[in-house]
This record gives sequence, structure tokens and C-alpha cells, in this order.
Amino acid sequence: MSLDEGTINDSALPERLIAEVLEAYPDKARKRRQKHLGVSVTPDAEEKAEGALSECDVKSNVKSVPGVMTIRGCAYAGSKGVVWGPVKDMVHISHGPVGCGQYSWSQRRNYYIGNTGVDSFVTMQFTSDFQERDIVFGGDKKLEKIIDEIDALFPLSKGISIQSECPIGLIGDDIEAVSRKKKKETGKTIVPVRCEGFRGVSQSLGHHIANDAIRDWVFNQDGSEEAFETTPYDVNVIGDYNIGGDAWSSRILLEEIGLRVVGNWSGDATLAEMERAPKARLNLIHCYRSMNYICRYMEEKYSIPWVEYNFFGPSQIAASLRKIASLFDETVQQNAERVIAKYQPLVDAVLAKFRPRLEGKTVMLYVGGLRPRHVVNAYDDLGMVITGTGYEFAHTDDYQRTGHYVREGTLIYDDVTGYELERFIEGMRPDLVGSGIKEKYPVQKMGIPFRQMHSWDYSGPYHGYDGFAIFARDMDLAINNPVWGLFKAPWKKDAA
Amino acid sequence: MPQSADKILDHAPLFREPEYKEMLARKAEFENMPPAEQVTQIADWTKSWDYREKNFAREALSVNPAKACQPLGAVFVASGFERTMSFVHGSQGCVAYYRSHLSRHFKEPSSAVSSSMTEDAAVFGGLNNMVDGLANTYQLYAPKMIAVSTTCMAEVIGDDLNAFISTAKEKGSVPADYDVPFAHTPAFVGSHVTGYDNMLKGILEHFWKGATAKPDGSLNIIPGFDGFAVGNNRELKRMLDMMGVDYTILSDVSDQFDTPSDGEFRMYDGGTPIEATRNAVNAAATLSLQEYCTPKTLEYAASFGQKTKALHYPIGVGGTDELLASISELTGKPVPEALELERGRLVDALADSQSWLHGKTYAIYGDPDFVYGMARFVLETGGEPRHCLATNGSKVWEAQMQALFDSSPFGAGCKAWGGRDLWHMRSLLATEKVDLLIGNSYGKYLERDTKTPLIRLMFPIFDRHHHHRFPVWGYQGGLRVLVTLLDKIFDCLDQDTIEPGVTDYSFDLTR
Repeated sequence: MSLDEGTINDSALPERLIAEVLEAYPDKARKRRQKHLGVSVTPDAEEKAEGALSECDVKSNVKSVPGVMTIRGCAYAGSKGVVWGPVKDMVHISHGPVGCGQYSWSQRRNYYIGNTGVDSFVTMQFTSDFQERDIVFGGDKKLEKIIDEIDALFPLSKGISIQSECPIGLIGDDIEAVSRKKKKETGKTIVPVRCEGFRGVSQSLGHHIANDAIRDWVFNQDGSEEAFETTPYDVNVIGDYNIGGDAWSSRILLEEIGLRVVGNWSGDATLAEMERAPKARLNLIHCYRSMNYICRYMEEKYSIPWVEYNFFGPSQIAASLRKIASLFDETVQQNAERVIAKYQPLVDAVLAKFRPRLEGKTVMLYVGGLRPRHVVNAYDDLGMVITGTGYEFAHTDDYQRTGHYVREGTLIYDDVTGYELERFIEGMRPDLVGSGIKEKYPVQKMGIPFRQMHSWDYSGPYHGYDGFAIFARDMDLAINNPVWGLFKAPWKKDAA
Repeated sequence: MPQSADKILDHAPLFREPEYKEMLARKAEFENMPPAEQVTQIADWTKSWDYREKNFAREALSVNPAKACQPLGAVFVASGFERTMSFVHGSQGCVAYYRSHLSRHFKEPSSAVSSSMTEDAAVFGGLNNMVDGLANTYQLYAPKMIAVSTTCMAEVIGDDLNAFISTAKEKGSVPADYDVPFAHTPAFVGSHVTGYDNMLKGILEHFWKGATAKPDGSLNIIPGFDGFAVGNNRELKRMLDMMGVDYTILSDVSDQFDTPSDGEFRMYDGGTPIEATRNAVNAAATLSLQEYCTPKTLEYAASFGQKTKALHYPIGVGGTDELLASISELTGKPVPEALELERGRLVDALADSQSWLHGKTYAIYGDPDFVYGMARFVLETGGEPRHCLATNGSKVWEAQMQALFDSSPFGAGCKAWGGRDLWHMRSLLATEKVDLLIGNSYGKYLERDTKTPLIRLMFPIFDRHHHHRFPVWGYQGGLRVLVTLLDKIFDCLDQDTIEPGVTDYSFDLTR
């Protein structure tokens, strides 16, 4: 899919760096870690025919090594933090001790329109604040009371999800029974989610569990059928969390090509949008990793096809608009061409302004769900080169897909440790690193420009054409800020 | 088309453009949100006395609490010791959260590791995770000390840190004489201030156990969990140096959370030296600057014959007077004239500005000691700290606050709310309005909902930068707090009188 085929990164340096970092580990940890590190290689003929640029074959989705400073989070983060938290007209209870909900409160920048505390609840922290007695005697009674209190104090909430923290599964609480009982009493949707943090090996299982909870507790519920007039152009956007408004700068394009977005999961979503999803004609999936499960289910159960798309950067946006349009009639296809042409002057102007300032700059990424591959072509559009990338919680299918984006000779790191990432960055000295808040300050202190690629570093949106302009501006301001020239005191300039 | 390469609009202006407003209006048709009249009606009701009564009748639900969990305090306090790595035994997601939380406030790296326990460890216990984890941390990050605390997962299944660490040492994960202090820090007991106390006591126990104190006349000072620690600890050390006191700060994070940008990432910087920590058993006294961060630690220090004393976050004239008097009393060193001069300058500034502060009403929330210290300063300025709230405040704290209110005529009608959260505070602000709200970044939602101007003086501060680099303790810190209050008051007044030809007769040049 890259527009710039034929160029290959030099694999000698990354190979040497991998060997060096592995040296530092005790034997047992070294054996485990070496399977997660690699350099992308020439794909076989079959893969090449399918458009692969390289093959990224590293082990993934297994337990992190203890004590190495993994950057991963947990299942709760995957469910509450990613999938459920953005659903705006429901109350999401962080069920257990106070911390999990506190640290994740308002940190994902899932934008929404609503009257917070009245009809929307995304940037609030609801918790059962477990005390010792709740651990000893169980928390089900307390949970019942909490649901009653939410119902009384937040009457416009459409439903409740119960996001389990570690203790819930360990003390044997029956949150499903509480949910069934309270659903009957309140008439509202109540969703128990078994996303205790110790389940699985990362955020990833939390996504899966959260998807399953939609299947089991939102779909096919008695009384949730609304009268809804469908059209042949109805689509759901799945796996766009509206970070900094991403889903809005995407939706505007989908509407422009003549589609009707009847549900957006889960950024700025309402419960009605989730319930209605099975009535759509097509599911458009952006973050494959976190929401492919429910798409597969809808395909199986309601025969709704799904298609992956990528709205980062003009070449992928255009390719995606065409791909989506090809599943509809000629009018939509013509619309897509019209929309691509309409935005081309903006793209040209953005590239004319920023590409000369960014051409040839190297980038290393370490992010979550889809971004370690999905943003590659957006950088490519700006003339920037990805020299290393990796995922916190990918599976094999993610690394397979990554081969379609990155060149041969790219350093690949799965569930990278703090030690490895620091050494890799130090060794590669890229012009930019894109990762998370925990990585931001160590990297910047090394004198290397950095952008947070989970939260868009408080900027965004980055999706769509409008978002690409912001993305280009942000990469430029990160790299070309004068502060990077101030690190060395003048009297030290010749010392080395 | 709203976007252009010349003037790139990001989220704040972009979505106000007509194209996006229309798009959002179309989206609303698919949302099934409640009708606007109903939303207004409920929104108004949430600000009524009726709602306040129902809200305060809550028994089980916590909404927007102003507290975090124990291990955060443990990680914070451990990072104030020389080359110390926090190792949190339990689920790994927790550690990602503590690190993010601290980094977002300090805008600095925050290093800590997890033993990454998963489902099998929940069944069989996390011994193997401890054994492997300690070895890996020791090898990779070369710490001088590994401070072990726990997430609630490890606490619920009952892992025994003492036994696990011993086994790990027997198995050679770390040398037998290597320093691995530990503390059980269950998230379902107390809050981050409790975790601070437990981990600090754990570290001291590790070094002091079995020692016989040989009193050397020095003073131990414990700053407590403090988002302003970078500025505050440095100010504290400056004052102690001026007094010529022989002191040890037990957990000094000021360098750890303020490393320079010069091309090198320092995973560890500064902190209380291990040797000094060991020798601190010989101090004449231990002074805590935050009572609720140190109950067990002070008790432990007292068991070695040390005098102990606890203050409540020394802000303002009286708070600093008490700090200096306490140091003087515990060490026999007089307060030097230079500090008296600083005191006079703060009092001078207060006198210059008193007309703008007198009678102003406040709501204050945060950790119990901060709320006490802040309220005390507000009283000194002639302000009235009407609503004082600490989610992790107890009945005893409420009584201490009441005694403080009773000590000043400006405390009449003020009330302390222990164990309450920021949704309670919303009701208080909606029904009994005040002029200013003092808290942390979460307070911006209260500012939005109740139009009460927010002043950020409490951890965490995510949406303003670098405040923590300046002290709020001492007379110098008091000046900074004073200016912060005044700037907010003047900015609000200017905003309120800025309309040309309508209100700008009061848009005074000199105030």
C-alpha cells in the first residue's frame, strides 16, 4: 500500500541493537524477549502478490516478562478505557478500589457532545471505591445500592456498565446476577463486564471481553427494538473512539460520499447507536484490534459485511474512500471521486508547506491497537520514513498486516520494555518518536522530538483530510522547534 | 471547507465551523438523546437543595472522588530515595497507571516496574513473578534499592512479600545483602497518603530494624505526598540550611521529578542517600509536614526514642511560623534574622493586598493536610473557607478543621466534609456559592458547572504546566500562593468589567 516502494531500510543497525539489548537480560528473560524483537524481511512471493512490502514475524500476545518495565496496561484499560468508556449516555462504574477509575479519568480524550452529569457521563469517575469490608463480605449488595443511587441521581442515564477491577473475579462476586435483577427493576440496560486487570496479558483481552459484553447484554434484548427506517446507505463506524474529534473528521467524509452513519462505536456514541447497529448494511472498522470481534459476530449473526479502512493521511484516505465506495452504487463511487478531488488542493497545499520541512526525517513508533501500522503512510505522504515500529498488545494478524505498511529492514519490537526502547532510540537516533505519555519525557530528555500518539498530544483530530493538516502541522512543530538546539551549553560545544 | 494549509484549525476551533455544526446536528438525529427541555430541567434540578439532600444521602456510590489508591503513594515516596526502583507486585496495568499519572502532573519521566501477574498467578500465587521480576529489574535497571509494594490483586490472594523476597534472594535473583524493602499497600484501605506512610515505614524498617539509636542531634523531615514537592523540598532545604540544621529529608523527590534536558535521560536523580536513610535512625527527632501521610512512620520513629511531631502542610504565615518554631524546638537552633525578614515581606504583601482578599469566600478540597494548611492561610487573609472537603479525610480530621474554624472569626459558617467527593462539592457550590474554588485539575469540571473560578494548588495538575517547580511552603511559597489568589481575583474582575461602554467604567487601571 505504500506509495514509495523500492526503498529498503538498512537492517544492519537494528540487528546489532537487538543483539545488544538482549545481552543485558538474565538468560530466562533473554530467551523470552528475543522472540519479540526482529527486523522486517523480504516477503515471500505470495505475500508480495498481496501487496506486502515486508514480513514482520515476531511473537506476540503472550505474557509480559516480570520486572522489565512493560509499557502495557490491563484488560480493564481495554474495556473501560477503550471500548465502553466513550459511550456517553451510560454510566460506567469502575467496580473495585478507587485507583483504576481515578488514573483513567478523562485521559483518553474521547470527545462528545452532551451535558456532563446530566445526560452524558464520559468525563466522570463513578466507582464503588471498595473498602476492606467489601473484599471480605463481597460487593454485590453494594453494587445493587450503587445502581439504585445512579438511577435516582442521574435519571437521564440510559444504562450502566460494570467494569470489573481485579478483586471482583477473585472474591467471587456475581455481578451478572446483580445486573439481571437490576435490569428487571430499573428497566435500563445493565452490562456486567468481566474485565479484571489480571485477565489476559494486556489491554487486548479487555477489548474482546468488552465486545462480548455488547453481544450478550446489548444486542437482542427484549424491548430494545426501536422503529427505525433503514436506507441502503446505512453504515456503522466501528473502532473510532473520537480522540480529539477523529470520528467527526471522518464522519464528515463518509456523509459527503453519500453514506448515512447510523452508529459510531464508541466515540461520542449513545446506547441507541449500539443497539441499532445490526440494522446497518455495512460495518466500517478503523481499529481492527479492539473491535474486530463484534464485527465478526455481526457478520455471522446478521450477515453484515465489514471492511477495514484507514483515514490517516491522504493516500490512505483516498484508497479507503474508493474501497468503501466500491461496495455501494455508482453514485457513491462518483461522490468518492468528487470528494477526493475536492480535498486535493488542501492536500497539495499542506504537502507544499510541510513536506520540504519533513522530507527524509526518520520516525520510530510504539503505540497500541492500529496506529503502529495505520499512521505509516501518513508519515510517508510527508516524506518521512518509519525505521522502527511495534505494538503494546498486537496479535499475529496485526504483524501480518504491518508488512503491508513498512519497508524491509524496519526494526520491529513487540511489548517492548523500557530498557529496550531507550536503547533502540539511542542507537537509531530517529528525528521523531511517536509513543505514549510514559515514553514522552525520557525521549525528549535525550534531545529527540516526540509526539504522543495515543492522545495526539492534546491536539487532533488526525483522521480525515482536516485531520491530516493538523497531523502535518504537529509533526513539523515537534521536529522543527528551536528548543532542540538549546540542549548543549555553549561552553560545552567543543568539549566533546 | 474549514481547513486550510495557511490557517490550520485543530479541535478547538475546527468543530465550531458551520460544516461541523451541521454534521453534529445530523448526528444528533441518530443519538436518541433526551429532549432539550428535559435536559435543562434535570440540569437545574441537579443544582437544587432537593438534589443536594439526595446527593448527600448516597451511601454506596462514589462520584468524582478526590483521592487515589495506596500504591501511587508508595511509588511516589520510593522515588525519593537514591537510585531506587519501585517494584509493584500484582497486575501490570496498575503500574502503567501510576507512571502515567505522575508523568502527567510533573511532565517528567516516572519509572516503576510490575511483576506482571496474570490469571495463573491469581491461582498459584505470584512467587515466580517475584523471583524472575526482581532478577530482571536488578539486571536491567541497576537500581541501588528495589522498593516492593503491592496492587490489590496480590493483596486479595494474600501473597506474602517478606517470604517471597527471602525466597527470591535464596534463588539468587538479587544478592542476599541487597536492599529490598517492602510494604503491603492494599488499594482497598485508605488512599495514596496511606500508601506513602506504609512504604516509607517499610523502607525505614528495612534499614533500622534491630538498630540501636545513637542520637546525633540531627532532624529527620518527611515532606509527605506533595505535588509541589519539587519547589517545596528545595525551599525547605534552603530554610533548613539558613538555620544551620543537620537534617535528613526522608524521601526527597525534588531532583527525581525535575531532571534537566541536556541530552541524557536520567532514570534516577537525587533522592535521599541510602547511607543517610540508614543513619536517620540516630536523629533526635522526626518532623512530618503532613500528619496524614505519616501516622505509622512517626510511631515507628518514636519507638527508637526520637521525638516526633506532625504538621499540616505549612502554607502561609502561621503555617510557616509553626514549621520554623518546630524545627527550632526540635533542634535548638534559633530562627535566623534573614527568615524573619522574609516573614516580614510576606506580611507586608498581605497588608498591601488585604482589601482584595478580606471577606472572600472559598471552597477548598484535596488531601487532608493540604486542605488544613490552605484553609489556615485563607483565614489569615481575612477569607472564609466555607466548604472544606477531603475524600480521604476522617472524622478526626473534621474535628481538627472545626477547631481551626473556631480559632478565627472568619471561620464562622465554615464546614469540613470528610469522606465526601467532588459530586458532593458540586452540590455545595451550586447551593451555597463561594467566590473561589481551590483544588486540582479535576476542579475544572466544577468551575464549568458552577461558574466558580478555580485555583490549582493541589496534586494532580494536568492542565497547567510547571506550577510544581515553585514552592508554596515557607514565607517565599506564601508569596506565590498569595499572588496566585490575587491574579485570579483581578483577572476575574477584569473579565467581569471588560465590556466597552457597558461595564468598563470599573475596568480600573490601578487596583
